[in-house]
Amino acid sequence: MGVVAIFVFSMLRLTAGDPAAIIAGDNATSQQVAEIRVRLGLERPIPQQFIIWLGNVLRGDFGESFFFKKKVAELILERVEPTLALSMSTMLLAVATAVPLGVIAAWKRGTWIDRGVMGISVLGFSVPVFVIGYALIYLFAIELAWLPVQGYQRLREGFGGFLERLVLPSLTLAVIYVALIARITRASVLEVLGADHVRTARAKGLAELPVLLRHVLRNAAVPIVTVIGLGVALLIGGVVVTESVYSIPGLGRLIVDAVLARDYPTVQAVVLLFSVVYVVINLLVDLTYTFLDPRIRY
Amino acid sequence: MRSVRRLAVAVLSLAWLAAGTPEPARAETALRVVMHSDLKIVDPIWTTAYITRNHGYMIYDTLFATDVKGEIRPQMLEKYDVSGDKLTYTMTLRDGLLWHDGKPVTAEDCVASIKRWAAKDSMGQKLMTFVSELVAVNPKTLRIVLKEPTGLVLGALGKPSSNVPFMMPRRVAETDPGTQISDFTGSGPFVFKKEEWKPGDKAVYVKFAQYKPRGEAPSGLAGGKVVKVDRVEWRAIPDHQTAINALLAGELDYIEAPPHDLLPVLKKDAGIRLEDINPLGNQYTFRFNMLHKPFDNPKVRQAVYYAFNQKDFLEAVIGDPAYYKVCKALFPCGTPLESLKGMDGFLDSNFEKAKALLKEAGYDGTHIVLMHSTDLVVLTNLAPVAKSLMERAGFKVDMQSMDWQTLVARRAKKDPPAAGGWHAFLTSWVAADILNPVMAGFVNAGCDKAMFGWPCDAEIEKLRDQFARETDPKKQKAIAEAVQVRITQYPTHIHLGQWYQPAAVRKNVDGLLAAPVPVFWNIQKGN
Repeated sequence: MGVVAIFVFSMLRLTAGDPAAIIAGDNATSQQVAEIRVRLGLERPIPQQFIIWLGNVLRGDFGESFFFKKKVAELILERVEPTLALSMSTMLLAVATAVPLGVIAAWKRGTWIDRGVMGISVLGFSVPVFVIGYALIYLFAIELAWLPVQGYQRLREGFGGFLERLVLPSLTLAVIYVALIARITRASVLEVLGADHVRTARAKGLAELPVLLRHVLRNAAVPIVTVIGLGVALLIGGVVVTESVYSIPGLGRLIVDAVLARDYPTVQAVVLLFSVVYVVINLLVDLTYTFLDPRIRY
Repeated sequence: MRSVRRLAVAVLSLAWLAAGTPEPARAETALRVVMHSDLKIVDPIWTTAYITRNHGYMIYDTLFATDVKGEIRPQMLEKYDVSGDKLTYTMTLRDGLLWHDGKPVTAEDCVASIKRWAAKDSMGQKLMTFVSELVAVNPKTLRIVLKEPTGLVLGALGKPSSNVPFMMPRRVAETDPGTQISDFTGSGPFVFKKEEWKPGDKAVYVKFAQYKPRGEAPSGLAGGKVVKVDRVEWRAIPDHQTAINALLAGELDYIEAPPHDLLPVLKKDAGIRLEDINPLGNQYTFRFNMLHKPFDNPKVRQAVYYAFNQKDFLEAVIGDPAYYKVCKALFPCGTPLESLKGMDGFLDSNFEKAKALLKEAGYDGTHIVLMHSTDLVVLTNLAPVAKSLMERAGFKVDMQSMDWQTLVARRAKKDPPAAGGWHAFLTSWVAADILNPVMAGFVNAGCDKAMFGWPCDAEIEKLRDQFARETDPKKQKAIAEAVQVRITQYPTHIHLGQWYQPAAVRKNVDGLLAAPVPVFWNIQKGN
């Protein structure tokens, strides 16, 4: 985390752009810009700025946004729900679709079903998220008028609206995960399908479904769980694009806005938060291995 | 289709295994708008950003305002009197003006507001050099006494664009001008819902029921500000395509600035109309950095003046002639100071003349560092056109691409171009900001006090000072023409034509007012 903190802080200061000039507006004079720089503390030496920021972070204070005159923690809290809802619904949708598809593709290896699933997953990998987003909007929101084009409704304001506005973004973002997880599931299941214990189970006369669920899928789960966990990093990038296309006021939009505005405190805090989430998810994935495969010990 | 949509949602809701809760009640007449930018800063005196200025017009009022003809008219004032010697202005507030907290607006509030504004705004600063006394005579009357006559009093207090002298309660106006305000009490026609303001999502305004509009019909930013909707929501949708899709689907009512290349999509839709609410439009501008070679030499800058023509720029960016106008006048066409004096031969892409001037000036082939902003649609194509025309005139151009915010930071640097500085960039001005030589930022040639580019010319400054002191409009126009002529000899910038930005509105919305700033009074929304 320390490395991330130093890296983010340094990169932001090395990036061209001056938040004071942005805040002052296009018609501001050099003197007005200079006054704002002093007020933001940006005229101090960079090491001094870093020490002040780090001290505050260690005390749990991420500072105040340069632009919004709000505590960064407050800004982040406002944005967590949309991102969390989008991420969770995307993962649920992706896992619920991709794992069965991958298992079926492996089970029907070499058939048109297998080729169809793999073809779709190549497509899912290849098409950019924003293209999928616009295509879905055109079809479901403009032409069919089934779903809204954009926006987010908080859960407390009604579940119907909440769900209605989550369907298209989740579908958009899930496409790449379906592709990724389906391919890994297929490869992993194929490897286990040829194992001795599967042959034994079939020889014992077990039906195909219990064999697949109990003996194949469980033993193929470790790589699948790994790719789901690693996919969180990909999800962060996807959330940024998806939230922009669907105008969802989540953390992805917040970081885009903050980067464009050179809002240093906000960018630093959100990147730190994302890195914490990434580390925690990887830890959880590692711990899950011990449940899935008792041979694994830490 | 709507019933299918409801059915789909209902089915999905059941699948989610949760019971629905009732939708929250919404105001009947909520206007859902996408402005040109998200509202991030809410102090219109602290920043010159246009979105913050627009926010100011929602919640604050002004002593004077500019009408659709460009004339200054009383707004919060019942009347104003000017003494015979033109040194004393006595202003009387209208009856019934209230702050959003219910307290009456007083002259003391206005005095404090003018002082805070004048500490930040360049025109306000200029005005204050003429003022010997600014006092509240009684709760409804304020007085400005001048050291010598000037035509700036009404022009400055009624200026339509940033920074606008908005009136605030005294407790707010006494905030240090360098510190952002945190109390958003105004006396304007809308109340800002601070608790609903979510930067990056939306800003919400509701009708101020106790606002007392003037009796006259609305005209530009002046006249009666009658609010006809209950609520206005400024939605932050940064993606243009998404905003347009939302307008097409009826999720939005109004987009302030749809990109020109997407206008054909909107024109095709029967439920949408395009409306140009800012008849003065905007002006493209090429700005020199006059601190460094070769642009420290006026002859080299004149060569650029001869090399350029406006049509190439306007075609490259706007494309449709319905939304641009070639206008050689320095002060915008359609405004009182419009004139072609001294412009013969300039802006005609006379490359031979440009080459001759470069030779005469001894241009040594120094690469011109031209900053090219790539992320604002209305600016992106300008720099490549400038590069091409300059190269045809004999310049060597190093066009450096960057995002607008990087450009904004870099243009403030006085370093040599080879050391992170710059030679030139292109931008756009709202015409309302450049109506005369005192107001127009790029005409300021006050050396270190000038805007980035730092022109330094005693003659231009002398003319600007004369303009500020002059009260006769005819004589003011003669001075403005002299400024224009001088700028062809000592170019501070080059004006590259006017362009217009239509708003896109759904057809059930009407009453949009023609004004240099998008305002939301008088707008009504049908079913």
